[in-house]
Amino acid sequence: MVQKLDYLKETPSQTAGPYVHIGLAPGAAGFDIYRQELGRDIAGPNAKGERIRVEGIVIDGTGNPVKDVLIETWQANAEGVYAHPESAGEVEEGFRGWGRVITDFETGEWGFDTVKPGPVKARKPLGTGPLHKPAHAGDDWLGRGDAEQGDMAPHINLWIVARGINIGLNTRLYFDDEAEANAKDPVLNLIEWHNRRPTLIAKRSERDGKVVYRFDIRLQGEGETVFFDI
Amino acid sequence: MSQAEFYQRDRERHPAALTPDYKTSVMRSPRAALISLQQSVSEITGPVFGHNDIDPIDNDLIHNYAKDGESAIGERIILHGRVLDENGRPVPNTLVEAWQANAGGRYRHKKDSYLAPIDPNFGGCGRTMTDENGFYFFRTVKPGAYPWRNWVNNWRPAHIHFSLFGTSFSQRLITQCYFEGDPLIAKCPIVKTIPTQDGIDSLIAALDMNATVPLDSIAYKFDIVLRGRRSTLFENRLEGN
Repeated sequence: MVQKLDYLKETPSQTAGPYVHIGLAPGAAGFDIYRQELGRDIAGPNAKGERIRVEGIVIDGTGNPVKDVLIETWQANAEGVYAHPESAGEVEEGFRGWGRVITDFETGEWGFDTVKPGPVKARKPLGTGPLHKPAHAGDDWLGRGDAEQGDMAPHINLWIVARGINIGLNTRLYFDDEAEANAKDPVLNLIEWHNRRPTLIAKRSERDGKVVYRFDIRLQGEGETVFFDI
Repeated sequence: MSQAEFYQRDRERHPAALTPDYKTSVMRSPRAALISLQQSVSEITGPVFGHNDIDPIDNDLIHNYAKDGESAIGERIILHGRVLDENGRPVPNTLVEAWQANAGGRYRHKKDSYLAPIDPNFGGCGRTMTDENGFYFFRTVKPGAYPWRNWVNNWRPAHIHFSLFGTSFSQRLITQCYFEGDPLIAKCPIVKTIPTQDGIDSLIAALDMNATVPLDSIAYKFDIVLRGRRSTLFENRLEGN
């Protein structure tokens, strides 16, 4: 026998089920209950930068649209700052950078309006676990290096839940007009199979003078979207 | 600025994506392996909510959709507990959302056509923020079991769906709370997507007689654990230690 580590274990995930809208978007379920539903306005009225729309569809392994999916989005503002105390910098008043997106129950099409995020600082070697830094040790006491790394290309983080999805799927949306930044992006470059990288890149077009990016998500099979274990 | 990562998610504790006895997962599960990502600021941050985002009535499902002077039908319960992280520390001021069927097992959703009736005084959703010590509670009615299309004759045990945020997008979690003593738990293909009995047990709320309100409501306790976090590398006084 050995001593017992006293960590708790994460609560297991369960599917969001077909009626996820009741809890997270009751208006879509067909009733009005809250003063305000959360996640409807991602960027707010004061956000600087380019106003864009993102549209897509989630497709299952049979090639059919997933009509009961719910997607959450998490992004930085146009300056690459997240609305969070641990992201360096300030965001515009009313910018939360988080959204909830639901599909049309008939077609499976979804879309959201936001601003295009800016590049975000890439990771440095981060935490140490519960290990204490000795008082006399220097900044690089674990010898992991403290060099600044480059930027990550502009991206929107997505989290996808639905009936039949046992644990939320994490992915990222990048932009096809950021080819140079995408080529240097440390996360895209982590994907060993070059031909899978385009599954994370939204395609830009204009419609009625508005910028629209198309981003279809394939859950399974040919052209399967890259999902991350974050 | 602290920028510590979260402990890796223990994928052996969560359901796999593909769980054939839960049939809908078969065509909705990725076949390729997930790409493991070391966390950047995109993953260690997440949306921040405050009390002005919600209203005090939002955590009272017995009344938050009821007509004035009326209340939802069913077994009145208090569902309470704590949100903790894997280090055993409370997760304060975090949004907790819940949704459920009514006492007859019927959801207020345009896609639910189960023959049990809608309760005109029950919406079926609630939300609250944990307090500074990670405590939360909901007042509601115990949901009913209901049949669903999987095998020919499957019944969901009584359950309440929970949605949790923590402080980062990497802690985002949706799960389901079951109730002590329900014989349907052991028969449910969705419950059984969880690979360990210990994991299943952790989703079963315990009858908590101490928290009951005499002559009013019975109580269940449901604690939730979100991913824990490492300590920061570059500070002498380590965050949280």
